[in-house]
Amino acid sequence: MKGLSVSKAVTALMLAGLVLLPLYSSLSGNIFILTLFTRIVILALAAASLNLIMGYGGMMSFGHAAYLGIGGYAVGILAQEGIGSGFVQFPVALAASALFALVIGALSLRTRGVYFIMITLAFAQMAYYVASGLARYGGDDGLTVYKRSDFSGLIDLSDRVQFYYLCLACLLGVIFLIWRIVNSRFGLVVQGLRSNEQRMQAIGFPAKRYQLVCFVISGTMCGLAGALLANNTDFVSPAVMYWTRSGDLMVMVILGGMGTLFGPVMGAVVYLLLEEFLSQITEYWALIMGPLLLLIVLFGRGGIMGVLGRVGRG
Amino acid sequence: MAEPLLRVEKLVRRFGGITATDNVSLDVAAGELHAIIGPNGAGKTTLISQLTGHLAPHAGTVSLGGRDITYLPAYRRCALGLARSFQITSLLLDFTAADNVALAAQAHAGTSFRFFANARKEKGLRDAAHAALDRVGLSHRADVVVSRLSHGERRELELAVALASRPKLLLLDEPMAGLGVTESQRMVKLLQELRKEVSIVLVEHDMPAVFALADRISVLVYGRVIASGDPAAIRQNEDVKRAYLGDQHVVTRHG
Amino acid sequence: MLLVVEQFLNGLQFGLLLFLLAAGLTLVFGIMDLVNLAHGSLYMMGAYFAATFAAWTGSFILGALMALGATLVLGIVLEVTALRHLYGRDHLDHVLATFGLILFFNEAVRLIWGPAGLALPLPAWLTVPVPILPGIHYPAYRLAIIVVALLVALLLYLGVMRTRIGMLIRAGASNREMIGALGINIKLLYTLVFGLGAALAGLAGLMQAPILTVQIGMGENILILAFVIIVIGGIGSIRGAFLAAIFVGMIDTLGRAFLPNLLRQVLSSTAASTAAPALSSMLIYLLMAIVLVVRPEGLFPANRR
Repeated sequence: MKGLSVSKAVTALMLAGLVLLPLYSSLSGNIFILTLFTRIVILALAAASLNLIMGYGGMMSFGHAAYLGIGGYAVGILAQEGIGSGFVQFPVALAASALFALVIGALSLRTRGVYFIMITLAFAQMAYYVASGLARYGGDDGLTVYKRSDFSGLIDLSDRVQFYYLCLACLLGVIFLIWRIVNSRFGLVVQGLRSNEQRMQAIGFPAKRYQLVCFVISGTMCGLAGALLANNTDFVSPAVMYWTRSGDLMVMVILGGMGTLFGPVMGAVVYLLLEEFLSQITEYWALIMGPLLLLIVLFGRGGIMGVLGRVGRG
Repeated sequence: MAEPLLRVEKLVRRFGGITATDNVSLDVAAGELHAIIGPNGAGKTTLISQLTGHLAPHAGTVSLGGRDITYLPAYRRCALGLARSFQITSLLLDFTAADNVALAAQAHAGTSFRFFANARKEKGLRDAAHAALDRVGLSHRADVVVSRLSHGERRELELAVALASRPKLLLLDEPMAGLGVTESQRMVKLLQELRKEVSIVLVEHDMPAVFALADRISVLVYGRVIASGDPAAIRQNEDVKRAYLGDQHVVTRHG
Repeated sequence: MLLVVEQFLNGLQFGLLLFLLAAGLTLVFGIMDLVNLAHGSLYMMGAYFAATFAAWTGSFILGALMALGATLVLGIVLEVTALRHLYGRDHLDHVLATFGLILFFNEAVRLIWGPAGLALPLPAWLTVPVPILPGIHYPAYRLAIIVVALLVALLLYLGVMRTRIGMLIRAGASNREMIGALGINIKLLYTLVFGLGAALAGLAGLMQAPILTVQIGMGENILILAFVIIVIGGIGSIRGAFLAAIFVGMIDTLGRAFLPNLLRQVLSSTAASTAAPALSSMLIYLLMAIVLVVRPEGLFPANRR
């Protein structure tokens, strides 16, 4: 039980830090850190959504960055076409992501294991090339979002602090939803399918439809992250969908601890801070980051959450 | 005779050149415990897999309660009242015993597309799970994760999972496999109780157990049913003696 | 006509190159069950080694041979120090760890050779156009690639089909437990197979180097193509990899060559010139998606358990 409390303490500490960050930023006058953490929170949201299918559902999607792009392009394209209202942009972003997830999920879930990893990757790459081919919306060079989503004065996305808290609220909201889902009837079925699909079929569950619904929920959540990301960078380009971005998201989930509620958030914070920190001490940060990942895989089973659990018990 | 609960007619399944199920016909009456025996490689598991829907036959039909289920997927058969245990224990290893059983109950109690309420707090499901665990004598282990259960306990849990779906027909694929003497005796006793409530198809190598439990026995050799009848008749049958019972070491070696 | 023949040969040449890359990947995948994203890095290293050694020695051929040896050694070192410890682990662990290796290799290259790309100039005798049909000339170097790659494919085929090691490799690809039962030194076999795969990747990289610039990240795009190939071909199947590689090479090359003109028939010329490269890049992924939807285990699955 002590193991639980160590990881819980660290999680609580991290959450407190995230909530209080704007305060520190305004006191210290360090605006950069707020910008950095807005990005971290948004990518943590994306990682949390990936964790739902990967950690709880056992579906190893290697194409999750596609939804970042789809959510982002929904915002960018609508903005360019003169529809600046967030009340339109965000629902469209979510719906488009859900639809994409529905289609590729229905096709991909026919396969298993490595084939599933590869087919999700293939679909994400297709999305990447579709975006590259959108001449009207910047093609390869991407699309600048000149005006952030407008929520009719309800919340101002151009205000750094307000935008940060919007992102944080989305992250916590999504994690709350995931928490409810994984403990619900539906969530138990999905986790049962991860554990032993044949057994679940034998006790009367049609595997595919549960997995597909889970896949769609996850994609929709990631679409939200995409819409926020486009607002954060005021820009969206095919590069957000590139396969290495999907790899980044996977790394965050595994690093933090698959199948744990706050693991992906922890993973995103550590991964992106490490990247930031290492790139400040040396231009060649990846030279350290690469082998570090290898070491984490070899010695850090269960990610940060797993290690914290063992520290508490040991 | 009334419509049998399970009727298998002229079932054929080939693997390449080998006919693993060769024109098998079989009836299981309601309330009956029907054992299927046969030497290794006789095609018992292949037959079971076709009954449960994990393998499609090349010809023939399987019907349950008069309804053709030959090509229904496994989960649909389960909904119609067919439950199974696996030869090699197949459970959700990272779930507790109670969770394993509760999920089986959940499959038969309304939709599982509920996303918000905590399923572990649903009294109906928990009660059903505990009742089934109680039935097999595992209620004291309800909250233990399956990977920490002993082999014997897992076999019993398999039964509890099958029972939780309130089946009409239970397909048991070698429930005694790998059990010690005392564990086997417990299992026989348990099956003696269960057979009063549910029809059972039992595939088993433990001959004393089979002859003690079965109403009828079908003997499968090289994919064919060479004899079918009550235990006394099977004991007397010359073909069976020659093909199978005379070859006792095959039986003992397997267990 | 001239263009069609030329593009056809280009497609064949690209496909054969992809095969060299995919062969190593599919062997490592099929036998050690290792998903090695860093395979593309070995391809990149082959190209950098060749450019460097060729500049040192002043000879393209000598540089290429040295680069081949260097990637072989690099592959063996990589297997012994890092990847060996990943066998038997989850595929996700492989993805994460080898993703880390990609970061490492890209950065190491940037540190050693700098961010700008290198060029690997060809010797004069390889730049001349060779008449292949009356009135049709084809660059000697591309022809050389086709010949070398076909030769390697043949050697690989004979090696895998006819020799004792090859028999073990095939046995391993279809049933991993079996080679354990044969009582041979699995560790050594794994190291050898990995080294062979690395050398093949290096060969692909160094042969591609004079056609494209040698640059950081060159391994990543082509790695994904190689993965597509082994998934289409069926994991662990050399024959599947060969056929799928030729197929993918052809589709990619012909798509790039002819799609722009086709699109221009229906779209405005600017729209066509943006959409065509995107569409032709997509074709391959579309192909893979279709194959997997119809045949979830690829076209030529090696005998699975």
